[in-house]
Amino acid sequence: MILTAILAIILAAAVAPTLNRLLPALSHWVLALVPLSAALWFALQVPGVVAGVPVLETASWAPSLGVALSFRLDGLSLLFALLICGIGAFVVIYSGGYLRGHPREGRFHLFILSFMAAMLGLVTADDLISLFVFWELTSITSFMLIGFNHEDARSRRSAIQALLVTGGGGMALLAGLVLMGMASGHWTLSAIAASGADLRAHVLYPAMLVLLLLAAFTKSAQVPFHFWLPNAMDAPTPVSAYLHSATMVKAGVYLLARLNPTLGGTEPWFWALTLAGGVTALWGSAMALRSTDLKKILAYTTLMALGVLVLLIGIGSDGALVAFAGFLLAHSLYKGALFMAAGSVDHGSGTRELGELGGLWSKMPATGLFIAIAALSMAGLPPLLGFVAKELIYEDVFRNGHMVALAVLLLANAAMVATAATLFLKPFLGAPTKAAGHAHESGPALLAGPAVLAGLSLLFGLWIALPQGLLGATADAVRGGAPQSLNLHLWHGLTPALGLSGLTLALGMALYFGLSPVKNSLAAIQRLTRIDHDRAWDCLLSLLQGTANRITSALQDGVLQRYLAWIFAGILLLLGATLVMRGGFTWPGIRLDGDDGLGIVLALLMLGGTAGAIRARSRMEAVLSLAITGMSVALFFLLSGAPDVGITQLMVETLSTIILVLVMAKLPMLPPGPDRSRPAKLFHSVLALGIGGVVTVILLAVLDQPLAMDLSRFFGDTSLVEAYGRNVVNVILVDFRGFDTLGEITVVACAGLGVFALLRARMGKGGQP
Amino acid sequence: MEVIMALAVGGMVAGAVYLILSRQYLRVMFGVILLSNAVNVAILTVGRLTTGNPPLIAQGTEVMDHAAANPLPQALVLTAIVIGFSLLAFALVLGYRAYQEMGTLDTSAMRVAEPEEKP
Repeated sequence: MILTAILAIILAAAVAPTLNRLLPALSHWVLALVPLSAALWFALQVPGVVAGVPVLETASWAPSLGVALSFRLDGLSLLFALLICGIGAFVVIYSGGYLRGHPREGRFHLFILSFMAAMLGLVTADDLISLFVFWELTSITSFMLIGFNHEDARSRRSAIQALLVTGGGGMALLAGLVLMGMASGHWTLSAIAASGADLRAHVLYPAMLVLLLLAAFTKSAQVPFHFWLPNAMDAPTPVSAYLHSATMVKAGVYLLARLNPTLGGTEPWFWALTLAGGVTALWGSAMALRSTDLKKILAYTTLMALGVLVLLIGIGSDGALVAFAGFLLAHSLYKGALFMAAGSVDHGSGTRELGELGGLWSKMPATGLFIAIAALSMAGLPPLLGFVAKELIYEDVFRNGHMVALAVLLLANAAMVATAATLFLKPFLGAPTKAAGHAHESGPALLAGPAVLAGLSLLFGLWIALPQGLLGATADAVRGGAPQSLNLHLWHGLTPALGLSGLTLALGMALYFGLSPVKNSLAAIQRLTRIDHDRAWDCLLSLLQGTANRITSALQDGVLQRYLAWIFAGILLLLGATLVMRGGFTWPGIRLDGDDGLGIVLALLMLGGTAGAIRARSRMEAVLSLAITGMSVALFFLLSGAPDVGITQLMVETLSTIILVLVMAKLPMLPPGPDRSRPAKLFHSVLALGIGGVVTVILLAVLDQPLAMDLSRFFGDTSLVEAYGRNVVNVILVDFRGFDTLGEITVVACAGLGVFALLRARMGKGGQP
Repeated sequence: MEVIMALAVGGMVAGAVYLILSRQYLRVMFGVILLSNAVNVAILTVGRLTTGNPPLIAQGTEVMDHAAANPLPQALVLTAIVIGFSLLAFALVLGYRAYQEMGTLDTSAMRVAEPEEKP
């Protein structure tokens, strides 16, 4: 059924362009039914999974390679699957409204549904190789989506940047997964977890850890790989809402959570995750405060959330993992709502710049309400889900005494309070601006998503028992042990966590009202440190390109002579190395008999002709020397019982000489002086002698082996009986290997046509042939 | 005999490679002619050599004498000779036309497809 869901979404993607052409106004509502029904099916699995029975599914894919499409639905996968299909359905509806009348709306749905299928496969895959394939598919489809406005150079650059960063991470993922499979001997995640193999003590553990962390950190935009995410906001808003808040960027977080039972809990794991997560959270918060574009602000707060999620997995205590599950859900809901509502503001007022927004409340009350609810959840105020999540985080981190982490979280959350206030207060309650004058409320397609997601933020906050089971199952899956009972409440009483929440709120409001000095000092810090990752990225790329250019122009400089030298050197190296390594040097004892005298004379003539052709100063000299060689070869054929071959060689040799002389009459003399420099002469002589030597050695080695005569015997025995010819060679040519001869005639005909065309080309230009 | 021919083939291949590495188009052509001759001799040689005794079926007999020369390499060489000739004819006319268009037969100066980069 999981596979069916994925296939159904792929099918919906395939028909999306056609459907959009047939029903331009309705296609998004119809298409959304597919992920919506998938979400319903996943919702029906919740009771079973919470009871501790994961859904398993296997379809054989490439049995010879031991790769299967196996899926496993436990708490973690189920939570992700629900987010992907649920938010996905509303994103499809939303994008229909957002892109209304856009000429490529159908293609957009194709991309976003393909992405949805890939993402769903990623979070449910149990097989390591399928996991990797789905991971790569999300990278590729997100490349398409970020670069959707492909006429815009910035979009293209951002798309390529995202693809290169996450694609590089994908390489690391493949290597890491293969190492894991080799180390444990199992190729499914569940089998690795169940085998109890202690990968943490394995000699390959550091390599695995580095590779898999690289994959997760690039995908989830952790510092220092964070720079692509804000740039990716060039994508249309539905993409930002979907990929860059709820789904794709959380794939890295998913990977870390999924691997926590097998790889987590060690010192390097703890330090890598808490450091990267903490720095990312702080950096994202600071940059969110500095930005003025609504989508950029949301992009940076997403960085903060990803950092916190990674930090929580790093801490890894029972409470931290419950907090992880809660914050994952809370963030996906409020951030999805905020992104879509920000797009609605952009749509209604024509701008996303904070400075140009104000007084929208009277014009866009519904959008304002949903932003307010989602922003309250982001700020972590009761009675919303964000509050519950934040309390869980504070409670556990405080209890475990991670004071540095606590300080980081306090600062980041305070920044979230200030950002939430920024998002709502000025645009909606501030003094009306010019943009507010012509602003208008958005239609149902744009508001359905924010309404449902903001509503769920409120509902889950008030009725935390509803998602509690799933959150518990998620935490169990990340912890990888026996299920633990969970009892969440909105109101915990007067606890240290509540005090910390109050502190956060006070600090956040102080940040908001003192924002301009804070902004200035942040700008000063940024100027001071001069960390411009975008510039560094460009330098890296141009360095790479420059190196490739230099290598190419060194290898391919347009001089035929050097190309040929490379080719011959390659042949010499490969054949020579093989001969040396395999010990191919043999000497089949020389058996001189009476007839060999003539052979020696002919061989000397061949070599003499060769030497003459090389030494010739004039063309005629060279042609005559070549003729000596050619005629000696013909005589050799005649001597060896091959009269047909000998006669043909005589004819062709004559014809070649005639053509050569005819063409030469139209060409200039050989230039006087040597045809190459002294070092080139030496190098070419070494190459030539080397290759000649290798050919002789190979021939000797072949001659030392017995010859299989079966085919020749067959031809000799059947030539007369079956093909009625006494000249066996002729029968082979025209009968046994007739198709070969047909091919040969075709080649001759093509060469003739080519010659004809070459000569005619001149006449076409009006010149003389 | 085979050993003698193996040595001769090596010598011819060496000469052919040296000529093909020349900058002058005609010398490259000379190298190609030599190379195809060398390869034909090599093919016949690895099929083992017999002095005289061509692969014919004598009157009155039904099958070929097993002491006759190996017919298979002869058939292959016949094909190879003709193909080599076609290649040579085409390449020669190509060189002739190239000279007409570019006014040179120096391969390092024929750079229409890959012009020299200006530093």
